[in-house]
Amino acid sequence: MGQVFAYLVHRDGVLDDAAMELINAAKAISGDAATAIVTGSGIDAVATAAAAIFPNVIKVDNAALAYPNAEVVRKALANVIPAGSIVLFAHNTFSMDCAPGLSIKLGASFVSDIVGIDGVEGSALKVIRQEFGGEVSTHVNVDIAGGAVVAVRPGTFTADESKSAGGTVTDKSADAGDLSANRKFIEIVEPEAGDVDITKADVLISIGRGIEDEENIELAMNLKEAMGNAAEVSCSRPIVDAKWLEPARQVGTSGCTVKPKVYMACGISGSFQHLGGIKGGLIIAINKNPNAPIFQAASVGIVANIIEFLPALTEKIEEM
Amino acid sequence: MEILVCVKRVPDSAENEIEMNSEGNDIERDDLVYSVNEWDNYAVEEAIQIVDKVGGTVTVVTVGDEDCDEILRREMAMGAEKGLLLNDDAFAGSDCKGIATILKGAVQKGNYDLVLTGAQADEGAGAVGGMLAAMLDLPYASLVNKIELGEGKLTIGREIEGGNREMNEITLPCVLSIQTGINEPRYVGIRGIRKVSGVEIPELSAADMGIDAASVGEAGAGVKKVDYFVPEKGEGAEMLEGSTDEIIAKLIEILKANGGL
Repeated sequence: MGQVFAYLVHRDGVLDDAAMELINAAKAISGDAATAIVTGSGIDAVATAAAAIFPNVIKVDNAALAYPNAEVVRKALANVIPAGSIVLFAHNTFSMDCAPGLSIKLGASFVSDIVGIDGVEGSALKVIRQEFGGEVSTHVNVDIAGGAVVAVRPGTFTADESKSAGGTVTDKSADAGDLSANRKFIEIVEPEAGDVDITKADVLISIGRGIEDEENIELAMNLKEAMGNAAEVSCSRPIVDAKWLEPARQVGTSGCTVKPKVYMACGISGSFQHLGGIKGGLIIAINKNPNAPIFQAASVGIVANIIEFLPALTEKIEEM
Repeated sequence: MEILVCVKRVPDSAENEIEMNSEGNDIERDDLVYSVNEWDNYAVEEAIQIVDKVGGTVTVVTVGDEDCDEILRREMAMGAEKGLLLNDDAFAGSDCKGIATILKGAVQKGNYDLVLTGAQADEGAGAVGGMLAAMLDLPYASLVNKIELGEGKLTIGREIEGGNREMNEITLPCVLSIQTGINEPRYVGIRGIRKVSGVEIPELSAADMGIDAASVGEAGAGVKKVDYFVPEKGEGAEMLEGSTDEIIAKLIEILKANGGL
């Protein structure tokens, strides 16, 4: 088996928390720690932080890497990482941009969004993935004879928070090679502030595909009226994609992160991207599919069609 | 602008209850309803809107057999002028890299300024677009949710965490994976599909595209699915049971106890 590397993402000089999980993912593959790689411009502090978690850290420091443009990072990684290696990423919007192309450039296998590692057997890395929104899982064998690029879903491995690695940093900036690219980063545009701020609500009545139709949105709005000022209506991604509610109401990794007292997931299946936006509070799931993954994440579950259940609940609360 | 949009026929998650087969090693596939991967409809819509502005042709392509005719025609009914089916027994069992290898063959048979894919499909890998771009040495961006046309280049927005959008300039030709929400895909009625029912959809085989059969399909797959299983469930939620009135009464008590009412 080739050497194991972990590419670490950082923002505003702070390492992404996934770094602490990737070291345990590496141990599940090789029984040993991985070599971390950080890229950027002026990244000594980040490299030092990485060395508290990983025994060996490679830093690639170049002005062209100041913003993590996946096309540029990919070129640097392809030049720094030896063929045959296993390269770990945290599965996120950066890995989706960088990792598939890197696997081609390294001549390696690629597997994304894995939720478990069952070790190595011969030249097969045995991993677990999910399909159909988490309703079923698959065992997948990844041929690592020519190396592999592996994107690990955040939360799959526990974080090693000991920060006691006392690792060393090796500067491989000179090996980065040609970093020109036909894609240039311009800027980050932040979302427009909406009229609502769902992050301030005590109770979120959050609706998903189960609401079925735009005109049924009012069933959630009516319940909010009945519940009073502390309640607000939020939603999952498909509702915003359909333009039934504004983006400011979307909960999830690509939307808002919320921490209400009570989160009522109504007709939401419970994808990990959606759950990633809920950071606390009692989750109450109402869904007509008893196998919906949301029931695994919720504390309280109700199997019901929200089209009928929400008006019935609204009526009872109004009577109080 | 000549645009190629790569689409996939997938089990329609809204129409199917996913169950395990009797052997417990695969999902029950006999009664599955198939449709076009949701992300791909956004990619096709975006391509059509670009061609409406600047002229050109939209071609939709997929890897599969005769069963895919239906989904290609659905996308052609949206407004894609041409369809293309990449069909060969050697393609069966391809992993993402195999699919990208096959699509590369199709891209090289044409003269495309822009290649679009959906950001992901039923397996949630999100890999084919990035692999295809790397194989073609074309610039790539994933999760694109905004495209502005420029001279020999595009200004594109990528969806990143927290509702933020990463703006980039990318030169043509390029490969982009399209995220849902970038537009509102148009409705396709029976009449629209009937209109394109007579259009011939050319097919290309491995030999037509000069693809080594050993590099694709089952033979070339470095990533192999062994089986399907239902993961052992944790404790999960406390399920409220009874009549609707009883459930609501319990729910109201829980809401009160947790600061919800």
